[in-house]
Amino acid sequence: MSITLALQLAEGAIGLSLLSALVSFFPATIRRRVAMPLFTLSGLVALAAGLVALINGGVATAQLPLGLPWLPWQVRMDVLSGFFLSIIGVVSFAVGIYAPGYVRGFEGGKDSLRVLGGFTGLFLAGMMLVVLADDAFMFMVAWELMSLSSYFLVAWHHDSAANRRAAFLYLLMAHIGGLSILLGFGVLASFGGGFTFEAMRGAPLSFGWASVAFVLAFIGFGMKAGLVPLHAWLPEAHPVAPSHISALMSGVMLKVAVYGFIRFVFDLIGTVHWQWGVAVLIVGSLSAIIGVLLALMQNDLKRLLAYSSVENLGIIFIGLGLALLFLAEGHPLIATFAFVAALYHCINHALFKGLLFLGAGAILHSANERDLEKMGGLLRRMPWTGFFFLVGSISIAALPPFNGFVSEWLSFQAALQAWQLEGGVLRSIVPIVASLLALTGALVAATFVKVYGVAFLGQARSRAVRRARRVPLSMRAGQGILAFLCLLLGVLPTFFIDLINAVPREMLGQGLSQVSAHGWLWLTPISQQTASYGAPLVAMILFVALVLGLWLVGRGARRVRLGDAWDCGYAPPTPSMQYTGTAFVQPIRRIFGLLFQISDGVETQQDGRRRYYLQVVDRAWGLLYAPIARWVEWSSRQVVRLQSGSIRTYLGWTLATLLLLLWLVV
Amino acid sequence: MAAWGFALIQSLLYLALAPLLVGWVHKVKARLQNRRGAPIWQPYRDLYKLFAKEARMAHTASLLFRAAPYIVFVATWLAAAAIPLLSTDLPTAAMADVIVIAGLLGLARFFLALAGMDVGTAFGGMGASREMFVSALAEPAMLMAVFTLAMTAHSTNLASVVEYQLLGEPFLRPSYLFALAALVLVAIAETGRIPVDNPSTHLELTMIHEAMILEYSGRHLALMEWAAQLKLLLYAALLVNVFLPWGIAQSIRPDMLGMAFVLLVVKLALLGVALAVSETVLAKMRLFRVPAFLNLALLLALLGLMSHVILEVGS
Amino acid sequence: MNMALLSLLQQLIIVLAAAVMFSSFVLLGQVRLVAAIHAFAWQGFLVAMVTALVAASDGHGHLYFSAILTLGLKALLIPWMLHRQVRRLELDRHRESLSHPALVIMAALGLVIFSYWLVLPLVQAEMQFTRNIVAVSLAVVLIGLLMMVVRTQAVAQVLGFMSMENGLFLAAVSATAGMPLVVELGVAFDVLVAMVLFGVFFFQIREGIDSLDVDRMNRLTERTGDEP
Repeated sequence: MSITLALQLAEGAIGLSLLSALVSFFPATIRRRVAMPLFTLSGLVALAAGLVALINGGVATAQLPLGLPWLPWQVRMDVLSGFFLSIIGVVSFAVGIYAPGYVRGFEGGKDSLRVLGGFTGLFLAGMMLVVLADDAFMFMVAWELMSLSSYFLVAWHHDSAANRRAAFLYLLMAHIGGLSILLGFGVLASFGGGFTFEAMRGAPLSFGWASVAFVLAFIGFGMKAGLVPLHAWLPEAHPVAPSHISALMSGVMLKVAVYGFIRFVFDLIGTVHWQWGVAVLIVGSLSAIIGVLLALMQNDLKRLLAYSSVENLGIIFIGLGLALLFLAEGHPLIATFAFVAALYHCINHALFKGLLFLGAGAILHSANERDLEKMGGLLRRMPWTGFFFLVGSISIAALPPFNGFVSEWLSFQAALQAWQLEGGVLRSIVPIVASLLALTGALVAATFVKVYGVAFLGQARSRAVRRARRVPLSMRAGQGILAFLCLLLGVLPTFFIDLINAVPREMLGQGLSQVSAHGWLWLTPISQQTASYGAPLVAMILFVALVLGLWLVGRGARRVRLGDAWDCGYAPPTPSMQYTGTAFVQPIRRIFGLLFQISDGVETQQDGRRRYYLQVVDRAWGLLYAPIARWVEWSSRQVVRLQSGSIRTYLGWTLATLLLLLWLVV
Repeated sequence: MAAWGFALIQSLLYLALAPLLVGWVHKVKARLQNRRGAPIWQPYRDLYKLFAKEARMAHTASLLFRAAPYIVFVATWLAAAAIPLLSTDLPTAAMADVIVIAGLLGLARFFLALAGMDVGTAFGGMGASREMFVSALAEPAMLMAVFTLAMTAHSTNLASVVEYQLLGEPFLRPSYLFALAALVLVAIAETGRIPVDNPSTHLELTMIHEAMILEYSGRHLALMEWAAQLKLLLYAALLVNVFLPWGIAQSIRPDMLGMAFVLLVVKLALLGVALAVSETVLAKMRLFRVPAFLNLALLLALLGLMSHVILEVGS
Repeated sequence: MNMALLSLLQQLIIVLAAAVMFSSFVLLGQVRLVAAIHAFAWQGFLVAMVTALVAASDGHGHLYFSAILTLGLKALLIPWMLHRQVRRLELDRHRESLSHPALVIMAALGLVIFSYWLVLPLVQAEMQFTRNIVAVSLAVVLIGLLMMVVRTQAVAQVLGFMSMENGLFLAAVSATAGMPLVVELGVAFDVLVAMVLFGVFFFQIREGIDSLDVDRMNRLTERTGDEP
């Protein structure tokens, strides 16, 4: 086995996904039998390719028979590509298993399943091509393929105006971001003398130009990753797509943006500066806090999950910011540490966010409901989905022994190494970021207590939810795979970190050599004295103690007697007497009210009944998007003046342009 | 292996001592209020009684409701097992450092809040909402305070932090004082004591912790109550052993352990008296005063960090 | 700097300096006037203690005198005068609501970091243990100024001003073991006179606009365009 094999496997995976796209346009019987299995297989092959690359290390390149004459498309496989390819692969695999059952719910609907299948295949191919691209030209083409195909997936339910609007916003933002990335590549290419990544790596950059390139890349990739304040499109676009596509978009496509950022900053630019680290840290912490607070306020389940993606990307960028900071200050070991934490969170977020979106899809499939306030009691109607969703909730809330906790733990430990920094100011800022991370973690726990408590526990709040049925086996299997991986990555972190270590070893020159120095039971990133986490032991003791407790306390025929809820002796509670999601977050909404645009009050309706209304709006709309929209509208109106209708004026403009161009050229 | 055996014994000691601390606090409180009060073994009797009783459950409750007491209890207990009580030679402290302890307590809280929402009553949801609200504000303060200690000792392993304290001459550190003050406030909020929550109230509108376990009875309630008592002892042990570690055994020798045990009981008894006095003197706050209380904790923790960076390290 | 290398007295000085910083925050966050005056008195007391301890550890005899002066003036006399005036102005139950207390506190923390950053080169220059306290004193000065910005009550603003003076004094004590005695006496006298003048002004303002809310004094502006 070698890295070349990995590259060949990856090319095979891309071929399979394209084939799956093609097959989707065949008649329905063939499509149903072949398209999704091909997609699943493509995911599996991509995962295999990624793992082979991670295990072997090294670099392999190849030329594709496509592209411009003087710039043939080059693909390149290294460990970073392999890492992200395996993330793409594993989630696509689970989604591929889940999708047939889910898509069957759309059979006979208005929207074309051919289009859905076709663009899903193209979307996957686009993402894989992005991580394999070895020159800016191919990168941008693949990037656009990814963006455009996902645009069509977002716009798939196109009969509602809100969906079309969301899709258009998504397209617009994707292109502004794409433009920014292109300009960033332009800066590197002009100094490096070519559009291949190889040429860009050698570009001699001054601090100023490097910073320009960095800022452009940060805006471009940050926009795709949904970082605050450029996040507002994300919670509009992601929930609109079918749920398995939302899982791919939130779980995987955002990671491709992270890949782009890492490739651009850590690999292509090369030398980094601490100012960038501080900028990334600040943006990351803001995204984490604002993302989770906005997630907490949502009552639409998929929208809530999308906002939570903003928060998780914030956490990933906190890790990357720490890595930049430590790297620039000359502490490569701690930088590696923070980098590994960020990468670990990339996998984790892909797994649990994929899982949660698939769970939301299952609810949508069987109860046709996205509104939390109409759910309730789903755990008894859909026990397996309920169980998997619980696993996802615990993982995302960063609680041991699941995977979210491991990356959170690593991030905290990396931040705690701040005492090694030289500058006193940096040394005091980094722990403050850590405390923001702690606040984020606690708020995420509150968010998912709300989601799980309102949706799965209690009593059903609407008729459709009361009659929800369990979903087909394939959908449960898709969720089960991801849930199992969430547990596996939480319990055996040393194996996975040893695997990931190949990435920093290639990118930063060293890995975390101490991680499993004390055996696979102990996760010791720096040394045993500094910090250790015996994840398998914690999981094992929890499990054994639980079993023991159940046996000691609840053994034998000690059944429980059932009756009405006590509820302080009031009348038996009805579903409408339960605490709602809105009520649940009221204290937090009140404390952090400054961050939202809240309008609420009591209005008297026409029939004389009174109704409480509440609207929580993201401030990004008012502060950033609305002014830009106004400015664009204003400038367009100025341009409209050119259109006077007189043909001689147009010719005059043409002449002026021609003269200007000639003057510029000569 | 001997160390693991001792860790097991110590964790059982946590279970045994937890009701006693609560009984002691109740007794002192009663005396301060000129009552004779129940004997300090009363919590043991209550637990015994509850374990023997039949459990009753609402028919709207799901499986999670039955599993939650076990998970809450086990997670709290495991968190406690990682905090040095008698000796710093503790393999569980290496297994679960202070961030893992916070995570395990978070796990317990997560299931406690879910259990509160499970039956679908208004009070349960209210308790869960308030619990998550209070903990969301307390958690950053707690981790910040702990980080101050960890940055001084260069370790998040609590046993190492304690050993660092014992190293050399005892000296005054402003950062430790701030961190201590912050942790005291956090501990009060997290264990649901006055002025944040009143453990003995059953007045509907003021409950936090009690509202979540309102629907429990029998053995389930016993486990929930025991977990709450364990949490109180956990925070008490954290405070006395991290900030006043003198007397704790640094290896497992009978004479040192005996000394450590006596000193520990004295320290805990004094802390219990302080808690009882403060609960007698203070009144419970309005819920929306709690953020100010926890902001003070966060401020103290941040000042602890600042004074560590500015006054103690000062490159 | 290693704390373990310092003598117990020096450690105590550092702890007290940290307490001075904390008292500044208490002063800033206190909404009740009487409680704020008490916090100010505590700050004066702490500054006096630091001065006395610096005197004891470095052997500067004249600093004892400064300490007693500070104690008498800032911890006892001025708080007492302010207290009396507040009572005579019937403000002792006055509560002032800061619009965003958490933000104000965060800003103050930012000031602490900023002043540390400013002082850092100074600290590196010479490794005397009191040098680090200079950062704290500067933070106290800046927080006092911040307090004057965010508070609308004239009495609270005076407290902010006085706490700035505390910070300056602390800086002088920690950086250069105090100013010459003559200067110190002069400053002390100035502060006292300022206090008396402030007292007179309180009554004048109250007579004039029937309130001590300085936002009401906006009419003094020459810009009258947007007034109705």
